Amino acid sequence: MRRIISVLMENAPGALSRIVGVFSQRGFNVDSLCVAPTDDESLSRLTIITQGSDKVIEQMTKQVNKLIDVLKVAELTEGPHIERELMLIKVGTRTELSRAEVKRNVDIFRARILDVNANNYTIEITGTSDKLCAFEDVMSQCGDIIESARTGVCGLARGDKALRP
Amino acid sequence: MKMMSGAAMVVEALKEVGVTHLFGYPGGAVLDIYDALHAQDDIKHVLVRHEQAAAHMADGYARATGKTGAVLVTSGPGATNTITGIATAFMDSIPMVILSGQVPSMHIGEDAFQECDMVGVSRPVVKHSFLVKKAEDIPMAIAKAFYIANSGRPGPVVVDLPKDIVNVQDSHPYVFPDDVTMRSYNPTLKGHNKQIKKAVASMLKAQRPVLYVGGGAIAAEAAPYVTQLAELLHAPVCSTLMGLGAFSSVHPQFVGMLGMHGTLEANKTMHNSDCIIALGSRFDDRVTNNVEKFCPHADIIHVDIDPASISKIVNAHIPVVGSVDKVVLQMLDLLADADFTNQKEKLADWWQQIEEWRGKKCLEFDQSTQVIKPQKVIQSLYEHTKGDAYVSSDVGQHQMFAALYYPFAKPRRWINSGGLGTMGFGLPAAMGVQFAHPDAVSVVVTGDGSIQMNIQELSTCMQYGLPIKIISLNNRALGMVRQWQDMNYKGRHSSSYMESMPDFVKLAEAYGHTGIKVDHLDNLDDAMARCFATPGLVFMDIMVDQNEHVYPMQIKYGAMDDMRLSKTERT
Repeated sequence: MRRIISVLMENAPGALSRIVGVFSQRGFNVDSLCVAPTDDESLSRLTIITQGSDKVIEQMTKQVNKLIDVLKVAELTEGPHIERELMLIKVGTRTELSRAEVKRNVDIFRARILDVNANNYTIEITGTSDKLCAFEDVMSQCGDIIESARTGVCGLARGDKALRP
Repeated sequence: MKMMSGAAMVVEALKEVGVTHLFGYPGGAVLDIYDALHAQDDIKHVLVRHEQAAAHMADGYARATGKTGAVLVTSGPGATNTITGIATAFMDSIPMVILSGQVPSMHIGEDAFQECDMVGVSRPVVKHSFLVKKAEDIPMAIAKAFYIANSGRPGPVVVDLPKDIVNVQDSHPYVFPDDVTMRSYNPTLKGHNKQIKKAVASMLKAQRPVLYVGGGAIAAEAAPYVTQLAELLHAPVCSTLMGLGAFSSVHPQFVGMLGMHGTLEANKTMHNSDCIIALGSRFDDRVTNNVEKFCPHADIIHVDIDPASISKIVNAHIPVVGSVDKVVLQMLDLLADADFTNQKEKLADWWQQIEEWRGKKCLEFDQSTQVIKPQKVIQSLYEHTKGDAYVSSDVGQHQMFAALYYPFAKPRRWINSGGLGTMGFGLPAAMGVQFAHPDAVSVVVTGDGSIQMNIQELSTCMQYGLPIKIISLNNRALGMVRQWQDMNYKGRHSSSYMESMPDFVKLAEAYGHTGIKVDHLDNLDDAMARCFATPGLVFMDIMVDQNEHVYPMQIKYGAMDDMRLSKTERT
């Protein structure tokens, strides 16, 4: 089952490598990982997408929580939550037809074209991972995908719940 | 404000946190620190012969005292040589701080001479680590390192010190922190009241309770409380390899070590129990045997300071996060009002059953032969030390024989590498013990394989006049490997014997010590007496039965109590 684990940790050198270490040395799986400082610059927030049974996820959160630099760990998929991912995708648009088709789908998906070239468009799209995958599929049908980069998922719990120190 | 060099800060901060002994080896990156050490007498530096041994010595010192062991090594190979020692301490939750030199900050990442990413290399086997970037940060890093190492679930902490920040020429303001609390690190010590209530109710209801005591009880100094609880409940007590001594092995309620080489009665008691009270133990694979078949009738109360240990292997019905001493005290508080007048009667059937298992005398061994049995040697050691020695052990058959045949009445007397199983641990650990307790009897139980993994420390023993007694069970083979090859590989002894054994007596003498060879059973007692009557280090090279196996032994994939009792008998 797909899970989203959110980690609040000290924004300190080495903290990220310790977290990654827990995953690699205990054989936990990481699908995506997204990390950046929070509004409080002394803290970083990290979002991990992973798969595993309840038992595995329990061990995973406990082991991550055990790290000295980690303040809080929560599984977002346990309750209502919001998740978003951003993708930049460069699509070849050599013909008039493909340019029109790409533009039309960009509008449908509420994506944005950031860069226009003689041969390609670079597009930004934000949404759930599913939406990004769907857009990728559509783009591969209306043009050649030259390259793409995704940020990995970041998420927050809905309502009053929050990860604070 | 005091001004001093980074090197002086290291020494000053070590004094501040109460370090008495620093086990180490100098080298380029730490010469400044060694220079600062030279100028003082408060901290005794112990010059080892190999950095791995420095870590084991600090470890032995920590196990024997409960204080944090301290190590100082240079960058690169000095640091990497400590890794086995750090991993040993990590697996057994031993408090230790390792100060490692590092190449100057501006050369980090340039593959400089003797450069190694110590923080990276040690990461999987430390509780935490620091790479100190500024001299001013040294006191805080050292204060935090010692705090982290010896709080919560103890463990080793690395402090990596680049050479430029410890330069003796420079001067920086020295401020030792009053407070090292961290918002991200708050170990839970007291148990949750609701959980304690549930646990106590379960204990009182139990018809067949058992205490399963581990190293956590020793780390938490919980021995007196564990004993009180056991006596109040009139419950049998078994101990893990790491927990030996937390509950006296000569107490009538003690049923022995449990697990792979546990006693029949300990494993039977566990398997048939309806309430397992696990105190600072972690359901290690060397205990549970096949987890699927593990203790099917029991409600499991699991007390551990590390939440990640709870329900990791075996699901706990009543988890209690907290340190064993505090939690057991909370339990005793609740039990103060309980009525125990009928407790003995209530458990009479249970004890009758246990006595039946005890009656099988699973630790009996063949005494009709003239070949020296390793078990006999341990029994003789017990008699000659009146059961009151600090016994450090290496890893292998001799370790199991020592654990089974030397009953420990007190905590911190049994010093062994339980988790990592590090051969070569015994001698340096016993040295750490001897530094901590100069007047105590510090013994090493070892074998001809293990002792050669850190034998160079005989030289350190000479330098510091350590009167350690080495009891080497020499079977001319790697006994435990050979035992497994006998059992599982049809006796094909692939690389498990050594055809070029040194003359250990001469070797001991070459280092300036006394060596005694024992090759007849008739001489064992006299030789043992001579060993303990001779001042200084004595190396006892005892020729024991090469074909002896350690029994009882759990049968792979079976339940806890599926055991071989001898080469021919099974449960």
